[in-house]
Amino acid sequence: MSVETTVQTSPGLEAFVGRAAGHGTALAAMGIPTRRAEAWRYTPLRAFADTVWAEAPALSDAQVQALLADLPLPEAGSRVVFANGRKFDVLDSLSESILVSAAEPVDPIEDRFSAVLNAALAQDGLSVRVAAGTDAGMLTLASLTSGDAVSTHLRHRIVLEEGASLTLYDLNAGEGRYVANPRFDIVVGKGARLTHVKLQQDSQTAGHLAIIAASVDAGGNYDSFTLNHGGELARHEVVSTLNAPHAQVHVNGIQIVDGNRLNDLTSMIHHAAPDCGSRQTVKTVLSENGQGVFQGKILVDRIAQKTDGYQMNQALLLSEKAQINSKPELEIYADDVKCSHGATVGALDDEQLFYLRSRGIPEAEARDILVRAFLLDALDLVTDEILRDLLQRSIRA
Amino acid sequence: MSDFLKIQGLEARIDADGTPKEILKGIDLEIPKGEIHAIMGPNGSGKSTLSYVLSGREDYEVTGGSATFKGEDLLALEPEERAALGVFLAFQSPVELPGVNNANFLRTAVNAVRRARDEEELDAVAFLKAVRAETKRLSMSDEMLKRAVNVGFSGGEKKRNEVLQMRLLQPSFAILDETDSGLDIDALRIVADGVNSLRGPDFSALVITHHQRLLDYIVPDRVHVMAKGKIIYSGGPEVAKTLEKQGYTQFLEAAA
Repeated sequence: MSVETTVQTSPGLEAFVGRAAGHGTALAAMGIPTRRAEAWRYTPLRAFADTVWAEAPALSDAQVQALLADLPLPEAGSRVVFANGRKFDVLDSLSESILVSAAEPVDPIEDRFSAVLNAALAQDGLSVRVAAGTDAGMLTLASLTSGDAVSTHLRHRIVLEEGASLTLYDLNAGEGRYVANPRFDIVVGKGARLTHVKLQQDSQTAGHLAIIAASVDAGGNYDSFTLNHGGELARHEVVSTLNAPHAQVHVNGIQIVDGNRLNDLTSMIHHAAPDCGSRQTVKTVLSENGQGVFQGKILVDRIAQKTDGYQMNQALLLSEKAQINSKPELEIYADDVKCSHGATVGALDDEQLFYLRSRGIPEAEARDILVRAFLLDALDLVTDEILRDLLQRSIRA
Repeated sequence: MSDFLKIQGLEARIDADGTPKEILKGIDLEIPKGEIHAIMGPNGSGKSTLSYVLSGREDYEVTGGSATFKGEDLLALEPEERAALGVFLAFQSPVELPGVNNANFLRTAVNAVRRARDEEELDAVAFLKAVRAETKRLSMSDEMLKRAVNVGFSGGEKKRNEVLQMRLLQPSFAILDETDSGLDIDALRIVADGVNSLRGPDFSALVITHHQRLLDYIVPDRVHVMAKGKIIYSGGPEVAKTLEKQGYTQFLEAAA
């Protein structure tokens, strides 16, 4: 069977491959996945494939300032702003321990579409290296996009040397119908700790296809939390590898889906060494015609004895038309491991709702109280207090 | 003001796995302003259903009759509107609310009711002052304010938390649904004191109980005997003592 017969061509694909010039071979061979591809079964890219996405034009200072105006930004720390895929400004002095450079090219992550697309089109991004033994504090990375039928493909590389630590606040927002396709290559060294807190509040008509490849060395910790909050179709995808003993990975998150939107959290946690731990708590709240997707795979190699894996995903359906597709997957080749996973789907409890209303609390407020209560133990997993408060305030009722 | 709470021919049913089950079969009851009435009756007589129907729980379908409170059609109001109007239900088994901080819940409720009554909302300091005075009165620890609502509370703590809410929301009509169940004698005294302290010309209550014991502490103006969805006998406080000694048989036979 030739490649040509299996790839469905589309205006979107042709435009992307055209823009990629000489770098689009892998993308052309893969095509834009249809629902027949297992990884995209619940997250259809049809509308995405039908659009010709142009390169996003540079924005003026005024446009960027307007986009930045209402965003939840912490006062402390360093800040880098990307606008329409270009480095716009380094607004605050970066900590001396953070070294920023243009992104170095890296190999694509296996055969994942978001990574292949990014590899074909990425031109700019942030490259950060935190020197051994230093705490670089907080770095805000604001990725802003504005326009119609445009796309951005930022590629970032974050390296923490032995014993280093960094809190990365990854803020995504914009206006219009665009596609944001960021990619992070993350290396957490021995005993290092990266806290990656992401707020995805892209435009309600945007596409968001993020992919993160994180590898963690002995005793290191990649502690991530994502609030998936915007986009018409948004996937946050994490592929992480625990490479040496006592490495830790946390892929936690909250998805809040309303209207006709779809939010997706897909993860692959690969235990490739013994004595490692992974934790995952994902909560999704769905209303109106919202659709949620959770695909969480944990792969435990034969060598990865004493693995401690935990995965929990829970969905709260607030309307009859909302839908959650949940696919936990455990693939375990070692015989001495502790892996637990659970999934629940439910509605608001009528008895609890009545209790609140009987105390004079109006129905909408009572529902909001119960939704926030549902999200509380997930939100508590955001270890940075400033960012936790900031995420909590940005949650729409 | 004889039209404080007036229930006439009230009928209600619940959907029991697809089959409607009649529970209230024509309740007639009037509670004048400033009076405390008690309802006693065997299990399954519809006492709790009456409390839920009056406070607005949606699981019950009212199929006949009426209930007016302060001249308003109570049954047409949302539960929160009834609360704002002054109705309060102390639940028999208060539900747990994991993830909802008790102090925040109390303040939200108090301010929602104050807003609806066109009263100024309490700020954090004023609220804390008000709530501390009440917890002290009810011998509750401040620690209970920091916990999630009713989560991990003992039976007695849950009932005290109900009385705390009642004191803070200042209802003009409270329904106490078996508030005495599961309480030891000290807790019972504290709870009864919480109710008695509200007693006055502007406060009425309906006390639902199995036992005469509670009525030693909250002495009612009237006692009603309920059986099979109807009030079958009404009398003074002495009815409770008769029931305690002789049981429901004579009342059931007299009604038959």
